[in-house]
Amino acid sequence: MIRYITRRLLFAVPTLLAISFVLFALLDLAPSDPTGQLPLTIGPEVRAQIRESLGLDQPFAVRYVKWLEQFFVNEPLNVVEKITGLEIGDSSGRLRVRSWATRSPVVDLIVERLPQTLWVVGLSYVVGILIALPIGVFSAYKQYSWFDQIGAFVSMVGFSVPTFFTGLLAILLFSVTLNWLPSIYDTTHEVTDLGSLWTQLKQLFMPVLVLAFYNAAQLSRFMRSAMLDNLNLDYVRTARAKGVRERAVLLVHVLRNSMIPVVTMIALGVPTIFGGAIITEQIFRVNGLGQLLIVAIQGADIPLVQTLTFIFAVLIVLFNLVADVLYGLLDPRIRYD
Amino acid sequence: MAARGAPAVDGRCVLDVEDVRTRFHTADGVVHAVNGVGFRLHEGELLGVVGESGSGKSVTMLSMLGLLPTPPAEVVSGRARFDGVDIMRLGRDALRQVRGAGVGFVFQDPMTSLNPVLTVGYQIAEPLRAHLGFSKAEAWRRAAELLDLVGIPSPASRLREYPHQFSGGMRQRAMIALALACEPKVLVADEPTTALDVTVQAQILDLVRKLRRELGMAIVWITHDLGVVAGLADRVMVMYGGLVVERADVEALYLRPRHPYTRALLGTLPSVTGSGNGQEARKRLPSISGQPPSLTTAPAACPFAPRCGHAFARCWRENPPLLKVAGGHEAACWFDVEAGAPRRQRENGPA
Ligand SMILES: Nc1ncnc2c1ncn2[C@@H]1O[C@H](COP(=O)(O)OP(=O)(O)OP(=O)(O)O)[C@@H](O)[C@H]1O
Ligand SMILES: [Mg+2]
Repeated sequence: MIRYITRRLLFAVPTLLAISFVLFALLDLAPSDPTGQLPLTIGPEVRAQIRESLGLDQPFAVRYVKWLEQFFVNEPLNVVEKITGLEIGDSSGRLRVRSWATRSPVVDLIVERLPQTLWVVGLSYVVGILIALPIGVFSAYKQYSWFDQIGAFVSMVGFSVPTFFTGLLAILLFSVTLNWLPSIYDTTHEVTDLGSLWTQLKQLFMPVLVLAFYNAAQLSRFMRSAMLDNLNLDYVRTARAKGVRERAVLLVHVLRNSMIPVVTMIALGVPTIFGGAIITEQIFRVNGLGQLLIVAIQGADIPLVQTLTFIFAVLIVLFNLVADVLYGLLDPRIRYD
Repeated sequence: MAARGAPAVDGRCVLDVEDVRTRFHTADGVVHAVNGVGFRLHEGELLGVVGESGSGKSVTMLSMLGLLPTPPAEVVSGRARFDGVDIMRLGRDALRQVRGAGVGFVFQDPMTSLNPVLTVGYQIAEPLRAHLGFSKAEAWRRAAELLDLVGIPSPASRLREYPHQFSGGMRQRAMIALALACEPKVLVADEPTTALDVTVQAQILDLVRKLRRELGMAIVWITHDLGVVAGLADRVMVMYGGLVVERADVEALYLRPRHPYTRALLGTLPSVTGSGNGQEARKRLPSISGQPPSLTTAPAACPFAPRCGHAFARCWRENPPLLKVAGGHEAACWFDVEAGAPRRQRENGPA
């Protein structure tokens, strides 16, 4: 297993290099100018100086290699230093990937936004799973029952109605009509005592609900079909013929097998948490990573977009590996190496 | 149709099955898979069930234990007295007590009948814990004994393995161990040896003979293999198109078969007189010319008539019930093959 993981990680390096190159090149080719937003009174020489200060006068290859160095060497070193408190080499002189718009290091911006996203999107992912799995199991067990039919309808609604609709609907209902919950997520709110925890839960409720509903809609169907794939197999009949309780038949025999694809699917979905939920974050004014990305794109903040999308690519590659490893752990028939 | 066979073996009747009818509702219409099957099983008796593929052997047994998926299956009627109660009318929990503890089941396909993600030990220990209240450690110990009993070497370490680490023959042995775990009174073995090669088959047959002697259980042995039946069974039931067409003691059936279908089955068979393990006599069911019966309607005429050399007008009009042709011997046929003339039914009367 260790050998398999090492091999996969080694294979990931060229993959990620290729992805980084494509991302970098694509965004570099895009017509954008960091001085485009400046007032017209600023002359071309000044603009050229600004570009030079950003390193834009350098050839493409040089800029790409520098970016790689910053991303793979400098920033990880910064993180290590921050965690251990040690100083490795010349830490203040290290070049960092900087946002064109704010001039602050991109990594700092991301670290600043990460908690909001993890709270809202991460929590909704977990809640979605907790809702979806029991519903999926029960719908499969009672296939074509009214529970299953309603479940099918609700989840069809869930993944065909976009979150900007359900989100607005929730705001209309809970904030405007009932006036129970705030419609805007206050990023600066800090949880210090029970009262502020309550406020936090109240402001989390709607965005988490909307996203969890969306996630659960798909996952519950997936869980259901994974259960159905197994329910009529011979080994289930064997379990029943042994006189095992129906609950154990379902939750030990069938679920163990059905969870294999479901866990894989859940693991593969984890990177989307870090991508933030652009639309939901917009609607509820959650200052998360999705928001950061969309603002960066609108402002043509190329380094920020490059870094964010590349982090996303790294996570996808990583969680693909995680999914494969989990698959191997859950299914004894699969042996890596 | 579901006339009872006279007891051939002395001993108490442990399982008395009557009039099982099961159909499947499929996209292409209704399949009348089992159309009134009954049999009796006495203590320590081995009943061989033979019939070509699709004749309803498995479905009969699965219906009896409520193991068919409904839908598509619908068990229309049937009674199965086991231990004084009709197990086809039992509630969920009472039925669960019978399954595994009272009636053990060995399934047709050892490759798919074990759960791939649970260890063999867990799967054998499961009925012990469910029925006999064994602790985990006790059940595990007993599971090792059972694996030993069915002839799997180094059972203790084998218990921790998964089914895919077992060969086909070993999986079938594990299935048998699992079915025997609670020492059921009745064991239903659905073609337990067809998926195996000949030497493994012989080993399993020896194993069954030994277990039967030692544990004294009654066995229903479903098979395609007439040689196996000859060497193993006390009584034989021949099925065709979801019906019982002949039921007799094993010698009577092989020496004087009364149903044209049985005769056709035995016709191409070399000498089968009870050889030890049936090695030379082993023979698959020979194919009989003609199509197997269509099961889209309930049988109104004799289902074998289209393929039968003796069929006459009555066979096309009326489906023959099981008629008593000799002591403990019944056949569902309007024609008396020994006399070479239509049977005068009124004289014999339904059995
Ligand atoms: N789940 C099902 N859906 C529809 N039809 C079925 C189903 N299971 C069995 N049947 C039909 O019931 C009939 C009897 O099947 P059964 O499995 O009892 O045959 P069998 O005698 O055991 O044959 P084999 O020797 O091949 O195992 C067949 O015609 C089969 O097509
Ligand atoms: Mg069968």
